[in-house]
Amino acid sequence: MRHIISILLENEPGALSRVVGLFAQRGYNIETLTVAPTEDNTLSRLTMTTSGDDRKIEQITKQLNKLIEVVKLVDLSEGPHIERELMLIKVKAVGAQRAEIKRTADIFRGQIVDVSASVYTIQLTGTSDKLEAFIEAIGAGCVLETVRTGVSGISRGEKILSL
Amino acid sequence: MELLSGGEMLVRALHESGVEYIYGYPGGSLLHVYDALYKQSAVKHVLVRHEQAAAHMADGYARATGKPGVVMVTSGPGATNTITGIATAYTDSIPMVVISGQVMSYLVGDDAFQETDMLGLSRPIVKHSFAVRRPEDIPEIVAKAFHIASTGRPGPVVIDIPKDMTMPNERYEYAYPKKVKLRSYTPPQRGHSGQIKKAVELLLKAKRPVIYAGGGVIIDGSSDKLRALVDRMDFPCTNTLMGLGSYPGTGERFVGMLGMHGTYEANMVMHHADVVLAIGARFDDRVTNATSKFCPDAKIIHIDIDPSCISKTIIVDVPIVGPVGNVLDEMMALLDESNEVPDAEAIASWWKQINEWRQRHAMRYEKNDSQLMKPQEVIEAIWAATKGDAYVTSDVGQHQMFAAQYYKFDKPNRWINSGGLGTMGFGFPAAMGVKMNFPEEMVVCVTGEGSIQMNIQELSTCLQYGIPVKILCLNNGSLGMVRQWQDMNYEGRHSHSYMESLPDFIKLVEAYGHVGIRVTGRDELPQALEDTFNKYNDRLVFLDVAVDPEEHVYPMQVPAGSMRDMWLSKTERT
Repeated sequence: MRHIISILLENEPGALSRVVGLFAQRGYNIETLTVAPTEDNTLSRLTMTTSGDDRKIEQITKQLNKLIEVVKLVDLSEGPHIERELMLIKVKAVGAQRAEIKRTADIFRGQIVDVSASVYTIQLTGTSDKLEAFIEAIGAGCVLETVRTGVSGISRGEKILSL
Repeated sequence: MELLSGGEMLVRALHESGVEYIYGYPGGSLLHVYDALYKQSAVKHVLVRHEQAAAHMADGYARATGKPGVVMVTSGPGATNTITGIATAYTDSIPMVVISGQVMSYLVGDDAFQETDMLGLSRPIVKHSFAVRRPEDIPEIVAKAFHIASTGRPGPVVIDIPKDMTMPNERYEYAYPKKVKLRSYTPPQRGHSGQIKKAVELLLKAKRPVIYAGGGVIIDGSSDKLRALVDRMDFPCTNTLMGLGSYPGTGERFVGMLGMHGTYEANMVMHHADVVLAIGARFDDRVTNATSKFCPDAKIIHIDIDPSCISKTIIVDVPIVGPVGNVLDEMMALLDESNEVPDAEAIASWWKQINEWRQRHAMRYEKNDSQLMKPQEVIEAIWAATKGDAYVTSDVGQHQMFAAQYYKFDKPNRWINSGGLGTMGFGFPAAMGVKMNFPEEMVVCVTGEGSIQMNIQELSTCLQYGIPVKILCLNNGSLGMVRQWQDMNYEGRHSHSYMESLPDFIKLVEAYGHVGIRVTGRDELPQALEDTFNKYNDRLVFLDVAVDPEEHVYPMQVPAGSMRDMWLSKTERT
């Protein structure tokens, strides 16, 4: 099962390499990874998606927690949460396709952020499933390039991840 | 406030962290630090002949004293040479602080002379690591390093110091922190009371219990508490390779080591137990054999300070995360309060069964009719000659298993071996680290002609500092454990398990200024031991003892079997 693990990490050089190294070293798989500073400049917020059975996820969270620079950790998929991923996708858009792609982008609440004679660049946000559904809807054949940020997530309601 | 250079701060901070000895080797990036070392006498430095040995010496010191061992090496090859030693300490949870020099900070990344990414190289085998970025941070980093290395589940910590952080002419205010605070590092101080209560209830109801104790008991200094619990409950106790000595090897409730080369009775007790209390042990693959067949009828209680050790390989029923000693105290308090006692009748019949198992194999081996000795009898002779009270270090292979099986350790911290990583070349430098700190104690390195050659250059260090360890080389002229596996699984094809062209060890140790004694037959051993431990008491003695190369270590678990599936000799299987 897919899990979204969210980490507050000391904002120090080398901290990220410990997290990533741990996954390589112990044979765990990272599907997506996103990291950026928070409002507290001593902390970074890192979100990663990984998959495995309960036992494997338990080991992953325990091993991550052992890293000195991991300050707090939560498996967002254990409770209600919001997840978002941003995608920039460049698609071939010529002739009748142009209108069709525009309509599909609208349906998915995407925005065309750059246009040329034969290419649209579309920005789309949502869950990973939604991004994949969009690619399927416009047809993989016309996709020239995609770039995705990986998943960011946050708990719903009052629950917060802080010091 | 006092103004010190970075190099002076480092040395001062080490002193304030309680460091007596540094094991190291100088080089370009550390010259300022070595100059600072020269100008003081509080912290002593031991010059090794190879940096790997420095790490093993510090490790031996740490295992015998419980205090962090300290290593100091230069950048590049100095740093990389410590990697095996750091990994050895990491796998066995040994506190260690490794200070590695680094090229000037403005050269980092330029492939400068003797530059290597030590933090990157060591990352998977350290508990934590630091790079010094401002000289004034040195005291705090050192204090943090010692705190992290020695608390919780101990482990090695690396401090990487670029040369320009130690410049003699740049001085900064020195302040060693009174208290170390790390918001993201808080090792557990006590176990969960509810879980401890559950554990005690299970133990009181047990009909076929066993206490399986590992290196965590020794690291926590809780051997006395383990002994008190075992004896109070009248339960059998087995030790892991790392836990030997936590319960007395000659104790009547001791059933021996468990696992791949454990005793028949220890493995049978584990397999048939209804309650297993694991203390500071980690269900290593060399213990469990096939995890799917492990202890089929047992409820398992597991005490460990590291939550990631719990339910990693074996799912346990009652996990308790906390320091061993503290949890054992709480267990004893609950037993004191309780009106219940263990089921005496069930325990008596369990002991009856265990005593029958004890008769089956009883660590027997056949002695040769000829003078050529079996390795087991040499270990038994050493045990007798040292009255079972020596610090024994070992390398890795058959000799290690024979030492673990036949030297009965009655005290903790006396058996010093690379249990987890299995590092050949560990034993000799580790023995040196022990002997320097316990000059009055007997320190014996049990080794083989293969392992000893992996750090034999330290004979030179021993001469320089006068370190009279005793080296017992069980010389079978082959890489014994490899050969054993080849005998058992590869139809006796001894692919590269011979040690051809062995040196004349006697001449070699004499060239290094020590005493060498060769023993080729049984009749020569008593006199050789007498000379080793009495006549040459204050000298390093290398005892080169010829032993039977055909001998195998038994019992040996059958691969992919349960704990009770064992070879008991070359021809007998359970």
